Parts: sequence; C-alpha cells; structure tokens
Amino acid sequence: VRTRPGYAAPVASRCYSHGKVETDEEFNARWVTYFSKPDIDGWELRKGMNTLIGYDLVPEPKVLDSALRACRRLNDLASAIRILEAVKDKAGPHKDIYPYLIQELQPTLAELGISTPEELGIDKS
Amino acid sequence: MLATRALSLIGKRAISTSVCVRGGHGVAKVEDYTLPAYFDRRETPLPDIAYVQALTPEQKALKEKEKGSWAALSNDEKIALYHLSFKQSFAEMNQGTGEWKSVVGGIMFFIGFTGLIVLWQRKYVYGPVPHTFDPEYKQQELQRMLDMRMNPVEGFSAKWDYENKQWKK
Repeated sequence: VRTRPGYAAPVASRCYSHGKVETDEEFNARWVTYFSKPDIDGWELRKGMNTLIGYDLVPEPKVLDSALRACRRLNDLASAIRILEAVKDKAGPHKDIYPYLIQELQPTLAELGISTPEELGIDKS
Repeated sequence: MLATRALSLIGKRAISTSVCVRGGHGVAKVEDYTLPAYFDRRETPLPDIAYVQALTPEQKALKEKEKGSWAALSNDEKIALYHLSFKQSFAEMNQGTGEWKSVVGGIMFFIGFTGLIVLWQRKYVYGPVPHTFDPEYKQQELQRMLDMRMNPVEGFSAKWDYENKQWKK
C-alpha cells in the first residue's frame, strides 16, 4: 500500500516538473520484474530491498511476494523474515498496514514455509 | 581497483577476495575497514555481509537444510538461521537504551555541584552587602517612597492608606 502523495515517485531520482511521471502500476510492475529475475543474486536482492525501503512508501504485497520468492530461489530464509520486519518498521505509526500485508501474503508465506517475526517471537526485544 | 572491477565483470568474485596487484610490487594488504561491514540499520534491512562469517559444522548443516523446504524447519532452526545472517532483530535494534536517564542525572548532579560552589562563594569570597540593605535603611527608603507618592494611581502608593497609616486591605 502506498500512502498517496500528490505525485508519484519519478522513475529516476531527478525531480523534473514537466517530465513523464511513473504511475503506481508501472512502479509496482518494475519492481515485481526486478525481483522476478530467475537467476537473481544475493547482491541484487539486497540492493533491491535496501533501495525499496529507502522510498517513502510501504511496498505493495505483490512486490513483496516477488521479493520473498527471490529469497526462496536464493535459499535465504533469514532475509525473507528480515523483509517482513523491515516493512512493518516502514509502516511506522500506521499500525493497520502490516496486518493487511501479512493477510495478503498469507498464501505465499504458507507455500514457502516462511514464518512471520511474530510467530518466531523476534518481534519482541 | 580498476583491475578488480574488470575482473569482477568476467567472474563473480567478491571484491573482498580479489587481489590488487600494483606494478609488480606484489599484493597490497587489504585493510579491514575497506571490506564490506555488517550494520544493523532500519534503512538498510539487508546488510552487505552476513553477521556470522565462519560457520561451525552444525551451522553448515543447517544451511544445507535451508536449501530444502522451509516448512520442514522448526521455529528454533529458523531463529538460528536468522541470527546467522543478522545480529539484532528490528525490535532489538530499535529499542531505547535508557541513556537519557544517565544524561539527566548527570545534568542535575553538575547543576547541584555548581550550586554548592555558588553558596561557598557567597560565604567566603564576597564581602558584606552595602549598608543600604540594612532593615532600618530599607524602612526609611519605604517611607520616602510613600512620602513622595510614588505610583499613586495604580502602583505602590495607591496601596497605602494615608488616613490610617497602614496598607490598604
């Protein structure tokens, strides 16, 4: 889910007022494609996730689904759990976003066998 | 470093394991601080390297198991895998330290200490106050202020009852 600003994030990190502005669907499609690369490597996964978390938004479930599947291809369960923690942290004070994401991702989590941080008890310090 | 960049295009060698050969002199020592480091940060959820680099045989076996179905892993194994890659969970890294209590305590302590110095100064450093602070002198001052009707409308003398020679109730 993205809390909607008055504009969508530009494709490159330049701010031009008259250039083409990317829509939400294009943004999501671009990121789903990025994580869907069959032979994605660890560096690309990390770079992608760190960049995505740097944006002023909480990623859509389908983008996260793609990222979690990338973790599966890389046999990296720890990163999958970390991604869930990161999006919960990203939602900040909006406490209803994370449960929504988990609800949407439930089929994927069940299919891949990913436990949420809450199930493992690492959401408490 | 240009040579290593070129090398990394050909093969997938991590920069940390590649060798810098400088003009025939041999191998430049790779300093620790030049290698990718591990950080727990909110804005970088996946750090450059895993937290635990040298795996024991049990940990290696767990990593092998990770290649299979994740549903087959127990919760403890999943937590163990998490802590191989990461030092602190988000909850742990975000928790406050309580350092502010030490800071406030320190502030109050030093203000108190300064107060002691001020009191000591007043006793041992400063001379006596001028005679104009004596109570008798102050009384005469006050009488003078009333006699010259200072602030007679709303202020000082307005509160003095001249008929009965006392303060107004």
